[in-house]
Amino acid sequence: MNMKILVCISHVPDTTSKINFTDGDTKFDTNGVNFVINPNDEFGLTRAMWFKEKQGATVHVVNVGGPETEPTLRKALAIGADEAIRVNAEPTDGYSVAKQLAHVAKEGAYDLIIGGRESIDYNGGMVPGMVSKLLGANFVNTCISLEVDGSNATAIREIDGGKETVKTSLPLVVGGQKGLVEESDLRIPNMRGIMQARSKPLAVKEAVAANAETTTLSFEKPAPKGAVKLVDNVDALIDLLHNEAKVI
Amino acid sequence: MSVLVYTESEEGKFKKIAFEAVSYAKGIADKMGTSVTAVTVNASDVSELGNYGADKVLQVSDDSLNAFNAEAYAGAIAEAAKTEGAKVVILTSSANSKFMAPLVAVNLEAGYVSNVTELPLETTPFTVKHSVFTNKAFATTEINTDVKVVGLAKNAYGLKEKSAAATAEAFSPTINKGGVEVVSVDKATDKVTIADAEIVVSGGRGLKGPENWGMIEELADILGAATACSKPVSDMGWRPHSEHVGQTGKPVASNLYIAIGISGAIQHLAGINSSKTKVVINNDPEAPFFKAADYGIVGDAFEVIPQLNEKLKAFKAQNA
Repeated sequence: MNMKILVCISHVPDTTSKINFTDGDTKFDTNGVNFVINPNDEFGLTRAMWFKEKQGATVHVVNVGGPETEPTLRKALAIGADEAIRVNAEPTDGYSVAKQLAHVAKEGAYDLIIGGRESIDYNGGMVPGMVSKLLGANFVNTCISLEVDGSNATAIREIDGGKETVKTSLPLVVGGQKGLVEESDLRIPNMRGIMQARSKPLAVKEAVAANAETTTLSFEKPAPKGAVKLVDNVDALIDLLHNEAKVI
Repeated sequence: MSVLVYTESEEGKFKKIAFEAVSYAKGIADKMGTSVTAVTVNASDVSELGNYGADKVLQVSDDSLNAFNAEAYAGAIAEAAKTEGAKVVILTSSANSKFMAPLVAVNLEAGYVSNVTELPLETTPFTVKHSVFTNKAFATTEINTDVKVVGLAKNAYGLKEKSAAATAEAFSPTINKGGVEVVSVDKATDKVTIADAEIVVSGGRGLKGPENWGMIEELADILGAATACSKPVSDMGWRPHSEHVGQTGKPVASNLYIAIGISGAIQHLAGINSSKTKVVINNDPEAPFFKAADYGIVGDAFEVIPQLNEKLKAFKAQNA
């Protein structure tokens, strides 16, 4: 049996986006924002492509969101995923998203579920872990290397100040990041991929019942910074760091 | 009904974030009119936790937990929360905390908010402020569940000392290690890690090549700092990925961040924004980093850094 992989894709503002809020600071202002596949998810998707090409795995991608997220799923198809699923629900909090993903993962009997260690918008860092717990599957977070042999897996995870090698088995949920593949391994969809993606299946599924456990009430931006103090010699810098900032 | 806090240790010794987490738990407990219970795994001397406000310490001692195991640790913390009837569970932003927090939350059917930057604005309803969009904004979020899991952001609250004594109790939770087993750990023990560092010294493309990192490492040595780098530097292989800080790399929340030859792309600034004091040294006065920094020197790193190292050595010798 070839491995069935589900890659969870978050649809996020690209890293250069200006962050603004609207509706009385209660909603992210999407005006003029370019949305992309969450970078941590893209490293996982690219590793999944390797499993597809070398080990004959099937790769599906899934996103929880409205119709506006479909171009991001099409991009994942253009990169090489076989099928896409969009769960038609507003991603209100990490738990409710995890519930939707766990339902899709269970229904599709996936062996390996790859998400990003966190999305670069809300930075919750909780969805893959919650999915694993809801499924009763193994879980490795901040994963920077993953090999699968039959139903056994070897992963390396980044820890504070080093790395740790673990042995585990499928079904497995991974919170991925850079290292799963290198930056230079990331793929820009070519014309053929983009054409093929148009005819690949993109299924829209209705959401299952899931209560949000947290409710975001408002957003704010950090207070503007004062101007930089420029000095022209290192003595002055050391003096400021010692006497003013008191950090050395 | 107490506030439960997990206090992380390494080889029996508490990490600084453990004391910060206890300080924070004490702040919440005071707001709620309750006490603080800490839970530890294989920590040798737990008396220190009283100094930051712990009233009680549940001590798990089990040699099979010497290697971190997210499933088992999360299970122990959840069981401690249930035993204590805790309504609030405090974790941190360490790699291990972030690994197990979602497991603890699902286990306790608790809402979880990570990267929380200050004490709850209110405890009924329970409302917290946390950083989002990689430090480019903050959100205020209400946790709606009976039990709440709070992940404290790095270096956000600080240490608050109390003079109190904590009572210690042995605690033997059910250990379920799940299906993930540690084979080996590869960790430099003689180097300051970016996660734990009070000071981080970071180099960018302006340093022209990996052979020029000697002076950066020397500066880090003098200051007892961790070394870091920008994304292009790690992409070009000048420095290991583990040093890459920024939006897709590691976040930095140190007291002092010194950026050398880094222009300050928006993705880099996002990742280092929670550092308290930022210094930039760059020969381009137009570098965007100057807008984000507290102190700056417009100058050639190859001239400034050797001078800085000499002067700092003298300063350290005087202030030792």
